Amino acid sequence: MTDKLSPETRALIKAQLTRRRFLAGAGAVGATAVLAACGGATKESGSASESAAAEASGTVRWANWPAYLDFDSASKKYPSLETFIAASGIDVVYKEDVNDNDEFYGKVQGQLKLNKDIGYDIVTLTDWMAGRWIRLGYAQEFDEGAIPNKENILPTLANVGFDPGRKSSLTWQSGFAGFGWNKELLPGGIKSLDQLFDKKNKGRIEVLSEMRDTMGIILQYQGVDPSQPFTEDQFMNAIAFLEKQVADGMIRQVKGNDYLEDMVNGDAVAVIGWSGDIFSLSNENDGKFDFAIPESGGTLWSDNTMIPTTSNNKKNAQAVINNYYDPAVAAQVAAYVNYVCPVVGAQAEMEKIDSKLANSPFIFPDDATLAKVRVFRPLSPEEETTFAEAFAAASGN
Amino acid sequence: MPYLLLLPGMLWLIIFFILPLVNLAETSTKTRAASQETGEFIQTWRFANYLDAFKEYQPQFTRSFIYALLATLLALAIAYPLAYAIAFKSGKYKNILLILVIAPFFTSFLLRTIAWKQILGAEGPVVFVLRSLHLIGPDTTITATSFAVVMGMTYNFLPFMTLPIYASLDRIDPRLLEASGDLYSNGVTTFRKVTFPLSMPGVVAGTLLTFIPAAGDYVNAAILGNPTTKMIGNVIDSRFFRIVDYPTAAALSFTLMATILILVTIYIRRSGTDELV
Repeated sequence: MTDKLSPETRALIKAQLTRRRFLAGAGAVGATAVLAACGGATKESGSASESAAAEASGTVRWANWPAYLDFDSASKKYPSLETFIAASGIDVVYKEDVNDNDEFYGKVQGQLKLNKDIGYDIVTLTDWMAGRWIRLGYAQEFDEGAIPNKENILPTLANVGFDPGRKSSLTWQSGFAGFGWNKELLPGGIKSLDQLFDKKNKGRIEVLSEMRDTMGIILQYQGVDPSQPFTEDQFMNAIAFLEKQVADGMIRQVKGNDYLEDMVNGDAVAVIGWSGDIFSLSNENDGKFDFAIPESGGTLWSDNTMIPTTSNNKKNAQAVINNYYDPAVAAQVAAYVNYVCPVVGAQAEMEKIDSKLANSPFIFPDDATLAKVRVFRPLSPEEETTFAEAFAAASGN
Repeated sequence: MPYLLLLPGMLWLIIFFILPLVNLAETSTKTRAASQETGEFIQTWRFANYLDAFKEYQPQFTRSFIYALLATLLALAIAYPLAYAIAFKSGKYKNILLILVIAPFFTSFLLRTIAWKQILGAEGPVVFVLRSLHLIGPDTTITATSFAVVMGMTYNFLPFMTLPIYASLDRIDPRLLEASGDLYSNGVTTFRKVTFPLSMPGVVAGTLLTFIPAAGDYVNAAILGNPTTKMIGNVIDSRFFRIVDYPTAAALSFTLMATILILVTIYIRRSGTDELV
């Protein structure tokens, strides 16, 4: 019993700690601002000139998703981050504050618009959302040469439509959306949407509130390729499918990254979830969970680290980003998070850690794996709104 | 001079209530800018926003008021005997019992609701006991149902119901109850004709303090519910913070506010009590 409850308790304690650390972090930044003012710097907000911003130094506040950095449950610390902090002297406050792209954007967009500090120096957001930030000018361009390890990025990720030349974003991890399930309750596993929405799972299925992942999988089930210019009608067809599952009481909740909690406490037996999440959750729970890409096709996405324009801590933030493009560090992270590693040379480093992981198609995907997944196509702002509204309405709100 | 004393309160209300309200009203008639960019709106005085929003989310509106009504009635049924016992029967334990009623406020509303999710969860103690007793089937769950949402609201707003009723009951002059007995009323008649009418201000205040926040609540539905139990608060939250559709969210907020105001006015008129508490 205590075993079953402990992750929840742990999450609560962690939330408290995070809040406390946040306050400490805010205090540190406040102090820095005061010091900067004493030193004669006249501008201190995000509107400060580039050079002044780069000179300021202090704690780097990093917003990332849950289960997205190597974590040692014994010491409750992030080993790779601790090593970096010790070596560089740069303090990093790591916060698992991103549960969902829309939710996170909704929280900070008011501040971003007014160019007021959003409380983060690094944010980690999915391609389409990163694209929105860059389009709206909310992400700072990296300084030339400040991230030397940048050249280690996988060639396929080096040039992306939303950020040509990777001027202001770098891939953090990529991953797959597919099916996750509890092996004890569903020993047969799940390969198709029909098996996911089986009567026996009724009310204990959760799907991602990340529209592109949930809808991307439904679209492919209906024979529509989400990477190609599909029509609004085709999308609405897929929405109708989702609505039906909700109306039939099949879906317990449409959730962000917190679906993991419900898998642990048994509320959810099967989900549309993210590859690495399920693997690292399984590692923490005696191999209780498993993941598979749907037979009809899954989705491939990437999350990107960016420095918000409201941060005046660019220099240190860049040092943090640079650190994680070192192949050895990248392999250390990938060995824990089990997501697709974007760093060239990490596979060789991974051999030293765990040769089995070095051959995992979910970390270093082969062509066969990549053939089973699609990247959701970019949406126009108009489509983005229409689709998001339809998806929210199908989710009950 | 007496008006000067009103100044701090008035200033507070103007800055933190009236101004945001005006801003909200102004937002509610905007439409998306030509660029269609998320979060960009222009003022077009489109009052049809209200009609569109209400039409689309009428089920959530109805659901909110039904849930709030159920939670209010349940809370009243639980709180009245509780307040009665504390006021008349608790003797020297009165203060301890009152503290116990208030105690839940020492922890966060959110934490308590999350705790209920664990307690009622698929592998939690309640389901385990009910399953062992074969009162529920192996696949029945309590969380993610409308039942759990109403229960969560009842629990969370119970102190708001208990305290005003207690205050009303506690003020009743015991000589009135004695007089009722002297006039050959039995306990039931005394309660019906003396105690209950005198506690009406507390009942009205308690029901209002429960119903109003319950109708706009979204925490219980988000944590204990499922997609088919979403309330209007969840829709407003999603419109404001997920879709960043401020006009619809603002229009929904105003509609909710107006509906509650109308319902409350009718209720106070009909209950025939002027004083609250």
